[in-house]
Amino acid sequence: MLDVRDVHVHLAERLVLAGVQFQIEAGEFVGLIGPNGAGKTTLLKTILGLVTPDLGQVLVDNRPIRRGNPAIGYVPQKVHLDPDTPLRGRDFVALGLDGVRWGVPLPRRSRRERVERALGSVQALTYADAPVGRLSGGELQRLQIAQALVGEPRLLLVDEPLSNLDIRNAHEVVRLLHELARSRGMAILLVAHDLNPLLSALDKVVYLARGRSMAGRTDEVMTSESLSRLYGYPVEVMRTRGRIVVVGGPDMHLVPPEAADHAGLGEWEATTP
Amino acid sequence: MMYLDAFVHSPFWHSPQVWHALFITTSAGVVSAVVGVFIVLRGQSFAGHILTDVGATGASASFLFSINSWYGFLSFGLLAGAGMEALGKRTRGRDTATGLVLSFFMGLGALFLFLDTRVSNTADVTMSVLFGSVFTADPNTTPWLIGTSAATLLVVAAIYRPLLICSIDAEWAQARGIPVRWVGLLFMLAFVVAAEDSALAMGALLSTAFLMGPAAAGVRIAHRIGAAIGISALLAVMAAWLGVGLAYASYNWPPAGRGYPCSFLIADILFMEYLGAGMAARWRAHIRRLGGKRCT
Repeated sequence: MLDVRDVHVHLAERLVLAGVQFQIEAGEFVGLIGPNGAGKTTLLKTILGLVTPDLGQVLVDNRPIRRGNPAIGYVPQKVHLDPDTPLRGRDFVALGLDGVRWGVPLPRRSRRERVERALGSVQALTYADAPVGRLSGGELQRLQIAQALVGEPRLLLVDEPLSNLDIRNAHEVVRLLHELARSRGMAILLVAHDLNPLLSALDKVVYLARGRSMAGRTDEVMTSESLSRLYGYPVEVMRTRGRIVVVGGPDMHLVPPEAADHAGLGEWEATTP
Repeated sequence: MMYLDAFVHSPFWHSPQVWHALFITTSAGVVSAVVGVFIVLRGQSFAGHILTDVGATGASASFLFSINSWYGFLSFGLLAGAGMEALGKRTRGRDTATGLVLSFFMGLGALFLFLDTRVSNTADVTMSVLFGSVFTADPNTTPWLIGTSAATLLVVAAIYRPLLICSIDAEWAQARGIPVRWVGLLFMLAFVVAAEDSALAMGALLSTAFLMGPAAAGVRIAHRIGAAIGISALLAVMAAWLGVGLAYASYNWPPAGRGYPCSFLIADILFMEYLGAGMAARWRAHIRRLGGKRCT
C-alpha cells in the first residue's frame, strides 16, 4: 500500500530525513513515533507530495506519489477556526468530498448521503449542524477525521491527533481509528510523540530519530538495543505498569530540543553525551 | 395608497443621475458584499484599506490628465494588489514595508489632490475621491463598472470551493493539491475590483463600509457560508437603495436644503445593519438556550 524507500530530505541545508524506510499494508494501524524535531512532519509532507525527496522515493500502490492523491486522506494537526466561521459540521465534512473541485457545489442526494455516512462513522451526527468554530477539541477532531474519510481514501495520515485532547478523548479517538482500519481495510499512519496511549491498538511502529527510522512490531522496535542503534548512543527502553519509557532519549534531557534549535545547535548535539 | 402613488410617480425614477447612482452603488455593493465574506474569513480587512488608499492616489492623478477616475482607482489598485502578492505572507518586516510604501503613495495622493485643486479651483475633486460621487459620476463608466462587477462574481463562483478551503487553512489546502498560489492570485484580482468599485461609489475613505459592513453582518448571523453570502449581498443592496433614496430626498431637508452626501447615508445604514445583525445573533443564541436545544 505505502512503500517509503530510503528517503532523504534536506530542508534549509539541514539533513532532516536520512534514509527513512518502511512499508504499510492495507488495514494496518501504524504509529509514527519520535521525539520533537525528529522529522515526523517532514516525512508526512513527503508522503503528501508537498516535499520532494532528494534521494529515495515514496510509492502508493506501487506508483510514485503525487500531490492531491485521492487515495490518501489527511487529517491535519489543528485547523484554526474563528468561532464565527459560517460553516456547520456537515459543510465542513462536505469540503472533504469535493472541496478541491471548481465552481459552486450543487445539492445532490448522493453527496448528502455520503456526508451523512461519514458523520455517522465517527459518531458526530449529534453536532453536525452546529457551527464548527464553537465545537470542542474532541468534536472537531472527529469532524476532521470524517472529512478525510468522506473521500474514501485507502491510506489515512493523521498528524498528532492526541496532542490537543484529554486522556479520555484521546483514548476514544484511538479506538475509533483502530476500528476504522479494521472495518474498512484502510491503512492508517498516526503521528504521535508519545507511544503509550496507542500501545494496545497499534499493529506496527515506525520509530523516527535523528532522521532515520526503525519499523516493525512494537516489541521488536521498542527495545534498548534497536533504539540505541537508531539514536547512535545508548538509551534504555523500560517497561513499567504497561507503559514504555525511553530513558536517555532526547525528550528526557533537561534541555528541550526546541531550545537547542534556538541556540543554533544541531538537532541533538546539545544534549548528546 | 396616496403615498404609494406619490412614490411610484416620484420624479426620483425619472432622473438618469438617480438610475446611474443606483446601478453604481448596487453593483459595487453586491460585489463587495460577496468578496467581503471571504475577506472576513481570510482576515484581510487591512488589505482593503491599502487597496483603496493606493487607488485614491491613482484617482487623484487621473483628474490631472482628465481621465475618468475609475481607471485611476483600478490601475493603482492592481498595482497595490500585485505588490502585496509579491511581498507574500512570510516575509519578515512585511508590515513595516507595507506601511512605508502606503505612506509614500498617500503622500503622492496628497500632492495630486493639491495640484487638482490648483487646476480646477474647487475642492470637488478631493470630495469625490475621498467621499464618493454617485450622482456626478461619469455615466460612461457605469457599464464598465457593472461589467467588471459581474465578471468578478463569476470568478469568485468559479473558485468558490478551493477558495473556501484556502481561506480556512492554506496548509491543508496545499496538502489536498489545491493550487493555493493561483487561487490567492485570482482572489486578489476579485478583491481589487470589489475595493475599487466601491471606492468609486463610496469614496476611498468609506469604501471599507461596503467591503466589511455587510460581510461582517452576514458572517455574524449565518451558520452557513452560502447564507452568509446571501445575507451580505441583500444588506448591501438594501443600504445602496435606501442610501440613494434618502440622499435624493435630503435635498428638501433642513438646514440648508442642499442635500446630504450619499456615501455618508449608505455608510450609516450599513453600520445600523451591522448593529442589528449583532443583536439578531445574540437573540438567536438566547432563544436556543431557552428552548434547551443544545448543540454543544
